[in-house]
Amino acid sequence: MEKLLQVDDLRTWFRTSRGIVKAVDGVSFDVAPGKTRAIVGESGCGKSITALSILQLVPEPAGYIESGKIHFGGEDILERSWTDMRGLRGREIAMIFQEPMTSLNPTRTIGWQLSEAMTVHGKDAPAARARALELLERVGLRDPNAALRQYPHELSGGMRQRVMIAIALANRPKLLIADEPTTALDVTVQAQIMSLIKELQDELGMAMLLITHDLGIVSEVAHDVSVMYAGQVVEAAPTRDLFHDPRHPYTQGLFASLPARNRRGKDLMTLDGIVPDAANWPTGCRFAERCAHRLDACSAPPALHGSGTHRQVRCHLPSAMEVTK
Amino acid sequence: MLRFILRRLLQAIPTLLGVLTLTWFLFFGTASAESIARRNLSSKDPTPAQVQGWIKEHGYDQPPAVQLRKATVDMLMFKFGKSDATKEDIWTRIRQGAGPSIVVSSTIFIGTVFGAILVAVLAAAFRGTYIDKTTTIVCVLLMSVVYTVYVIGGQYFLSKQLRYGPIWGFDPASGLFKYILVPSAIGFAAGIATEIRLYRTFLLDEISQDYVRTARAKGVSETRILAQHVLKNALIPIITNTVAVIPGLILGGLLLENFFGIPGLGSYLFEALGSNDFSVVRAMVFLGTLLYIFGLIMTDIAYAIVDPRVRID
Ligand SMILES: Nc1ncnc2c1ncn2[C@@H]1O[C@H](COP(=O)(O)OP(=O)(O)OP(=O)(O)O)[C@@H](O)[C@H]1O
Ligand SMILES: [Mg+2]
Repeated sequence: MEKLLQVDDLRTWFRTSRGIVKAVDGVSFDVAPGKTRAIVGESGCGKSITALSILQLVPEPAGYIESGKIHFGGEDILERSWTDMRGLRGREIAMIFQEPMTSLNPTRTIGWQLSEAMTVHGKDAPAARARALELLERVGLRDPNAALRQYPHELSGGMRQRVMIAIALANRPKLLIADEPTTALDVTVQAQIMSLIKELQDELGMAMLLITHDLGIVSEVAHDVSVMYAGQVVEAAPTRDLFHDPRHPYTQGLFASLPARNRRGKDLMTLDGIVPDAANWPTGCRFAERCAHRLDACSAPPALHGSGTHRQVRCHLPSAMEVTK
Repeated sequence: MLRFILRRLLQAIPTLLGVLTLTWFLFFGTASAESIARRNLSSKDPTPAQVQGWIKEHGYDQPPAVQLRKATVDMLMFKFGKSDATKEDIWTRIRQGAGPSIVVSSTIFIGTVFGAILVAVLAAAFRGTYIDKTTTIVCVLLMSVVYTVYVIGGQYFLSKQLRYGPIWGFDPASGLFKYILVPSAIGFAAGIATEIRLYRTFLLDEISQDYVRTARAKGVSETRILAQHVLKNALIPIITNTVAVIPGLILGGLLLENFFGIPGLGSYLFEALGSNDFSVVRAMVFLGTLLYIFGLIMTDIAYAIVDPRVRID
């Protein structure tokens, strides 16, 4: 099947006083039309930077895309200039962020911010206003007419995230990037927001790149999962395969604590040890220091074995490599 | 709104009383009534009788409580009395001087604030480029020059060499513009650099906020982000800062009016300080404080206009 989004060997680095921080260092994955890929991994492993790279919104001037290819609908969108990217942003590819409290402009009304998402892509103001109302109703705001004239501080976190969803979906994008859309919300609200996203995804038939810490959400929503560690994908597989049979010692560690059906709302387990410094990755396997199964071979960097449609594992262990045959 | 303003004015009364009491103590802590009398008497070597006569005439022989009341409560009623030095009615002089002072300082104030916003927005739009860097260098240079150098330099180049306006005098009947052009330009040049640097920081702080990232993710252009998102938010700290400009404006006016011979309140206060004319000084301190409080109230109102999270009353 033709892929909607294909990320190949993406490297997004930061120039800092400590040297070059290789936050994303050779990440590949794809998303099929209408399907969901989840990206999981510990804090700081480069998930958000990967997502921002797709829209060319990496924090400047420190951050830059060193190399790699990002194909969207067959086009290498890294070739696009920053200005040309504007045509894609919010129209073909939309994004929801982790922090609903700060992601909206505090001095503009909800209606203004929601309409703007459409008018910048050419919709005329009255039509945008009408659709804004429709969208607010659809995402479940109690009084959408009043909400149009309200300011962000007048809404709760959950309501603001609904507004963010409305903004993201305003132009019926083909791909939605959701970066931990429920992490900052109350547990009771988390499930509501996630099921709203899922519902709207099915309604619009859009694909989703879902970044999350919540394995329960992954098992319910994602078709495929990529596990990231230290700026790289260490394992990728269809969701069911990964949950049944995690191969990489890091994935095994993450999944160890809980049986799959009890994982809703539970964060990834934290492993012992610390993630190495992104300014100075180990030359060999980046997980070796924390790995219980370390071999001599681990002092050399492992390649990502396997094909994209089935399972890929970045590990020297024979048991991990076996599945790729 | 009206209730808010009234409440703020009532709250200002203790502040005003405090400032006036402090001024009274400072004045008579540093000079005795006798020394003031000697300075104000025209004869070189006044007799003790003359000195006592002057003190009695101006009421400085009354008990401190009565004097203090005159220096504070009477001010609040706008009963300013007569000048110690010239016996002129103070209120009349203030009314005459207010016009020129207001014209010059509001020109400087409005020019500085709007000019600084304009330049700061440009610097922020081109952040990191040579436009931004040049602005920074020019600002630092402007900030490192003392006010009096601006005054003297301005008088020499703008007034004397280029003849943009007179070096001395004020006669609005023959065209207001030429009299205020050079002093305003000097006040503007002396004050704008600090404001540009500050506003630029406010703007850059806003640019790194999350809501800007959201706007970018919607496909909004950088120009529109700056004009429609960032500027409105940056106005909040900018407005807070404008009150802080008022003392500088008063001091600047003092210098400018003196150097250019503008018969405004600055000149009046300068004369009064020179001749230990306490009754004029206290009236001017009262007015200055009142102006500052007025500035604070205006700030709060402007706040409520830009920031929807702020509600007055
Ligand atoms: N502006 C920056 N300057 C320098 N380094 C940065 C910057 N932003 C991110 N990084 C680096 O990139 C790494 C990855 O950051 P990223 O935000 O992608 O992590 P994440 O996987 O999304 O974590 P979390 O789960 O906490 O959101 C960080 O560890 C940090 O070292
Ligand atoms: Mg993140």
